Amino acid sequence: MHPAVSVIVFTVLSGIGYGLVFWLSLLVAAGQAARSPALVLTALAISLVLVSAGLLASTLHLGRPERAWRAFSQWRSSWLSREGVVAVASYLPMLGLGAVTLVGGARAWQQGLALASAVLAVLTVFCTARIYTSLKPIAAWHNRWVLPGYLAMAAAAGGTWLWAIGVLGFTLPAHRGDVLILAVLLLLAGAVKLGYWRHIDRPAPRVDAASALGLPPGSTVQPFEAPHTQANFLLKEMGFALARKHGQRLRRLSLVLMVALPVAVLALAALSPALRTLAAALAPPAVLAGLLVERWLFFAQARHTVMVYYDTQPA
Amino acid sequence: MTSLPPTPPRKLGLVIDLDICVGCHACAVACKQWNDIGAHGPLNDIDAYGAQPDGAWLNRVHSYDACTPAGDELTVHFPRSCLHCDNAACVTVCPTGASFKRAEDGIVLVDADICIGCNLCAWACPYGAREIDPVEHTMRKCTLCVDRIDNPALPEAERQPACVSACPTRARHFGDLADPDSAVSKLVRERDGQDLMPELGYQPTNKYLPPRRRRNKAGDTGAGAQLDGHGFDPAAATPLQRWADRLLSR
Repeated sequence: MHPAVSVIVFTVLSGIGYGLVFWLSLLVAAGQAARSPALVLTALAISLVLVSAGLLASTLHLGRPERAWRAFSQWRSSWLSREGVVAVASYLPMLGLGAVTLVGGARAWQQGLALASAVLAVLTVFCTARIYTSLKPIAAWHNRWVLPGYLAMAAAAGGTWLWAIGVLGFTLPAHRGDVLILAVLLLLAGAVKLGYWRHIDRPAPRVDAASALGLPPGSTVQPFEAPHTQANFLLKEMGFALARKHGQRLRRLSLVLMVALPVAVLALAALSPALRTLAAALAPPAVLAGLLVERWLFFAQARHTVMVYYDTQPA
Repeated sequence: MTSLPPTPPRKLGLVIDLDICVGCHACAVACKQWNDIGAHGPLNDIDAYGAQPDGAWLNRVHSYDACTPAGDELTVHFPRSCLHCDNAACVTVCPTGASFKRAEDGIVLVDADICIGCNLCAWACPYGAREIDPVEHTMRKCTLCVDRIDNPALPEAERQPACVSACPTRARHFGDLADPDSAVSKLVRERDGQDLMPELGYQPTNKYLPPRRRRNKAGDTGAGAQLDGHGFDPAAATPLQRWADRLLSR
């Protein structure tokens, strides 16, 4: 599949943003917000920027962005529509949480809005992942590893960002407990991603050319003449194929950036409090870069079934 | 509404005969010609006569060399277009309601005035039936020429899709596949019409008739007595031939 920048930016930024809101909201709901309303407001503002930038980027993927509002109508059947509805709905408790925190409103309100924000954050990432897992013609997306992957990566990235905001902006100490939880989240995200790659690399029964053409099972088929002399929409949108050599290297790169590097600097921060600022400055951009590489691969290494008609290789 | 309708009373679709399609692309040309001014938005081109022409068209004829397990070696010309599936994922994934399946005859259509060009329906289609228009940036697909088949201004004989009318070998047949007595349903029964990619569960309406068994060997042509082998069958021979055979066999 063609790795469109707009969709990569959308899923990565909104994933981090909703992960950040999720952990922040849990802290608020657990009654930890009284310590620092400024931290809550700052983290909330950053997550709103991330989520909004992501949603705006997603409209750039549309051929007719001015009609984007129509996408809220078909939530009964379409995961993309559901994603839009839940994403917009999530602004209400997030903005409400910000307002209540700003004016120092009742704690019960704050905690209620925080819980609603956390639930909608998870739901939005869930819907984003389901857009992809619902597409049968793309085996690399239509499998059980994709949904946990999106949730785990959003949780790990959002947690890392929240921790870094606390350390950098509010000189919070690098609690070993926090660091340990973050490291576990990052390693979990990496493990799910490794499991995903093993799954999609495994030979599996796929649609072959005989089935695609309605010929007797077991027929061998080779292309003899292409249906058109120039590239068409299908080849541009779905014919993107990545050399395996680059794929392996980029997978390693994404794991190093997304998991190994953040875990290493977190360990340093836990061992030596003097290094926590450095760790907090390095970890969030590393996770962001790792996610961008990972998401690029998620598209680039996904083969669409229609390609069977063009190269007769199973898909 | 992008939820699928209950099973439609009629299922209009195509039956395509892979045995006699010669890959002339007349269906592709006729489709583009008719639908270029069609009711569901034009099929635009960019740089049509330049070095890098690009454009939307909906009937793509692939040609293959194939060999069946029975040993038939075939050249297969394969016209690929929308199959108007019963279980049309392109409809249910649509976030806007632009993509829909008609309740009365099962034809899958796009309302180009509502489409936001998100491409999700094209991703959901394993058959590559949908293409984005490069100028209007909204989705295009086979309409089964609804503006012909429903058109009372046309003579009865012309109320069929442009690709069907244009096919010089009559490899394309249009009709109601829900009616077991229709000509297309009979063809499907007689020729063992196939669903494409049945394992994906899209339940296409259109069927493809696989190529007939080849007549590769001389014996398959009906000329067996003259061409087959060099054996001698005494049981089928006249007494004179048997005597000659014995004489010559010494």
